[in-house]
Amino acid sequence: MNEITCKCGHVNPEGTELCLSCGRALTADAETKKTSDVMRYEGMARRSQTYKMSVIDKVWNFFSSVKVGVWLIFITLAASAIGTIFPQVIFIPPLEPPEVYYEDRYGFAGKIYYVLGFHDLYNSWWYLLLIAAIGTSIIIASLDRVVPLYKALKNQRVNRHVSFMKRQRVFTEYTVQQPAEKVIASIGDNLKKRRYRIREEDGHLLAEKGRFARWGPYVNHTGLIIFLIGGMLRFVPGMYVDEVLWIREGDTMPIPGTKQEYFLKNDGFTAEQYTAEEDSEVFGETINRVGAIAKNFQTDATLLKREEGTAIGDESKLTEVESHPIQVNQPFKFDNFALYQVDYRQDEIRSMSFDMVNKETEEALGSFEVDLFQPEDEYKLDDEHRVELMNFYPDFSGFEDGEPQTASPVPNNPAFLFKLYSPEKPDGEVAFIAIQESLEPLGENEFALKFSGIETRDVSGLTVRKDLTLWILGLGGAIFMIGVIQGAYWNHRRLWLKRTEDGKLLAAGHTNKNWFGLRKDLEYAFNGTGLAQPKDHMEENLNKKASGDVKEEKNNDTTS
Amino acid sequence: MTQLASISSTLLYVAFVLYLIATLFFGGSIKSKKHTNQTGKNRWATIAITITIIGFISQLGYFITRWIAAGHAPVSNLFEFITFFGMMLVAGFIIIYFIYRAHVLGVFALPIALLVIAYSSMFPRDISPLIPALQSDWLAIHVSTVAAGEAILAISFVAGLIYLLKDVDLTKKGKQTFWLEAVLFFIVIVAGFIVSTTAAQIAGYQSEFTYVNAEGQEQVEQFGLPALVVPHQGELMTEGNFASSIEMPAIVNAARLNTVIWSLISGTLIYLLIRLITRKSVSALLQPLVRRVNLNLMDEVGYRSVMIGFPVFTLGGLVFAMIWAQIAWTRFWGWDPKEVWALITWLFYAAFLHLRLSRGWEGNRSAWLAVIGFAIIMFNLVAVNLIIAGLHSYA
Repeated sequence: MNEITCKCGHVNPEGTELCLSCGRALTADAETKKTSDVMRYEGMARRSQTYKMSVIDKVWNFFSSVKVGVWLIFITLAASAIGTIFPQVIFIPPLEPPEVYYEDRYGFAGKIYYVLGFHDLYNSWWYLLLIAAIGTSIIIASLDRVVPLYKALKNQRVNRHVSFMKRQRVFTEYTVQQPAEKVIASIGDNLKKRRYRIREEDGHLLAEKGRFARWGPYVNHTGLIIFLIGGMLRFVPGMYVDEVLWIREGDTMPIPGTKQEYFLKNDGFTAEQYTAEEDSEVFGETINRVGAIAKNFQTDATLLKREEGTAIGDESKLTEVESHPIQVNQPFKFDNFALYQVDYRQDEIRSMSFDMVNKETEEALGSFEVDLFQPEDEYKLDDEHRVELMNFYPDFSGFEDGEPQTASPVPNNPAFLFKLYSPEKPDGEVAFIAIQESLEPLGENEFALKFSGIETRDVSGLTVRKDLTLWILGLGGAIFMIGVIQGAYWNHRRLWLKRTEDGKLLAAGHTNKNWFGLRKDLEYAFNGTGLAQPKDHMEENLNKKASGDVKEEKNNDTTS
Repeated sequence: MTQLASISSTLLYVAFVLYLIATLFFGGSIKSKKHTNQTGKNRWATIAITITIIGFISQLGYFITRWIAAGHAPVSNLFEFITFFGMMLVAGFIIIYFIYRAHVLGVFALPIALLVIAYSSMFPRDISPLIPALQSDWLAIHVSTVAAGEAILAISFVAGLIYLLKDVDLTKKGKQTFWLEAVLFFIVIVAGFIVSTTAAQIAGYQSEFTYVNAEGQEQVEQFGLPALVVPHQGELMTEGNFASSIEMPAIVNAARLNTVIWSLISGTLIYLLIRLITRKSVSALLQPLVRRVNLNLMDEVGYRSVMIGFPVFTLGGLVFAMIWAQIAWTRFWGWDPKEVWALITWLFYAAFLHLRLSRGWEGNRSAWLAVIGFAIIMFNLVAVNLIIAGLHSYA
């Protein structure tokens, strides 16, 4: 360790810029730097500015640089913006293959977008790496600064060297007529009224206010880190559930993600719209202009729990827990889970009824109902007439080699192959029946089936969510907000008063921000002392510059 | 209720006129020979700020009566949101004014608020009922905090603009001179949008097109201005109205592009007219207004507004936004374009603060950053809703 011994005799650790005791500049470099740059961390030695040899030093120095941090922010910002040029892959229609979709819709630009992986940018390895780099930068840059800053502010001395005072932005040297202690006491009293803490040593004074504002950045960075950790925890198994539950009215289904512990019964789905008659008349014009506007989507649901000790899959022993409507903005919460109303399908066909008629006489011979979810093999109409359901095609999509096909097991377009038995035709007649399509594939029939009724029901689309990371994210967010407010709405202001041996009084002021506020405090403090308030030299310089004489001060960046 | 709604509209109109009058008085206040530093008490300024406050109260009246009439916070569509943003801009100005007493702020902040309010009224002004996704107390909490945060941040743009108008040496050609003029040109374009849309509305111009959208379905589109571009396979249904033969691909919203083209044309015409008549660039035209401005004070005002606005924006635009998204959309974050742009805004101002606090970017550079920040806010406010479709496209 190359310790630095100040002229005042104080021994400072390597890398210190301003003597910890008296505030003298210790290096030629610190002497020439802008005051605001030296004062930012109280002229303390920082690891990143002191050790530059090993690989660890280099990594540490890279991430501790605010310049690097700002670059990382700007790169992330630009990348995020690119991700909004075209919709991300999660927003495109689910059945469209992305490699086709982007080129089809957006042409060559869309193709490039897809090929470069921008269609799923926020999940790309390099985007996550950027976020990780920002996280690392936050941790290292904060540690590099907060420890020395804490030490400096905790151990600060009242009496500072003249050179320290002179280089402050707010500084004036007074020749006082009256006894200096009186002036100092009066200023101290005034500042006490402004809630400054006053320390006096050998007739010198240090008034300080709002030091805790200096910790704001480090508090908010801690909050951010907690938030990022919360974000990572999502990938720990068991912390996060994201499932979809499509449930028909009247059905009871196991809730996915609950390991068949919980079941949900759909007691009914409602979709409502605003109407000009029923709702407030002020909405009339909008409804006329844009047409129907959705008012409510609601699933009335009952939560059931499988009794303890029963086997998985045994749905016979379910006990009712709670009945609760699920609406948009009003999820149904239970046991760390939440059920959200997100989608619906209306009027899905549940059952269809048919009449069997004699084609010639149009005599009705009886009717029957086919439950599309539990079709029976045979329907007896009376003692003499019966209908056999030879085959059922829930989602009829046409014929292939003469065979009817079904696209899915969902009854979107039901079709049936029936065999009709009657005393006249004991061997049966075959009839194929679909919506708006009726065929008699094996020749002209004597009897026919006619649709007589249809029963429909709605299907609710629910999201099942469990997110055990929320409280960590909330904690991180809260700490971040506290830190930001702490740093933004309070200022660290200090005033040093020093009596020199030749009877002069030196006054120097410093604040981390809001110089206007400091000037107001000083105006108040010096009121009644017979002295003008200390001058803000920056203010003077800027006004000189404003008249067009002075060139812009060269910006010495020193914190990188 | 309908009567209350019409009272509400009148109050907004009154506020608009009062802001206009207040601007003129602020203009008078900075000409005052007695107050060369343009701060402190001054009779013109006292009248101006009084009128501004009355205007603000009137606009607050608009907000409250509309809230009662609608039964929900009037921040649910573009008109309501942008109007509220304008109101918060005035509120932010009033607060900053009472801290710093810088009259010149009024000369720039109020016209921008006027432009914002006029802009908002170009969108449908009817009271609309809330769709299920918006039926939550978080609507009022989230939207008003975001608007307040963005408005306070916008004050830093006003201060930055004033700073640059004085600081940039317009006699020399250069990047700064060019971009400063570009910023002002853009503001004139917004005025062009308002002028052309208002003219068409007064004339009652409306044409209807049928067209084929990107999904191959036939749809109808309304054009409020003569169609310089027509939609994909578009056919004019309104007889006698103008339609050019320039057809847009299906993914382009031709009606909006048409409005943008008209705004550019009329804005450019206004701009050229100003230059022809005055023989000066707009920057040079405005420069006399800021001749006596204290640059250090403007820098301080700009920085202070970011310092006050950043936490408010974070709270509304990210924290409250995430809480509500978790309730309404099942997840606190979903990379919706509006969410992403809120994150971009936040990252930008975070970078602004780091550059300023740690790297000493003050004065001129800080002012430019404030201008860019405002551009990002405006992009998120306007373009993301209109150009990029997403969950937030309510208007």
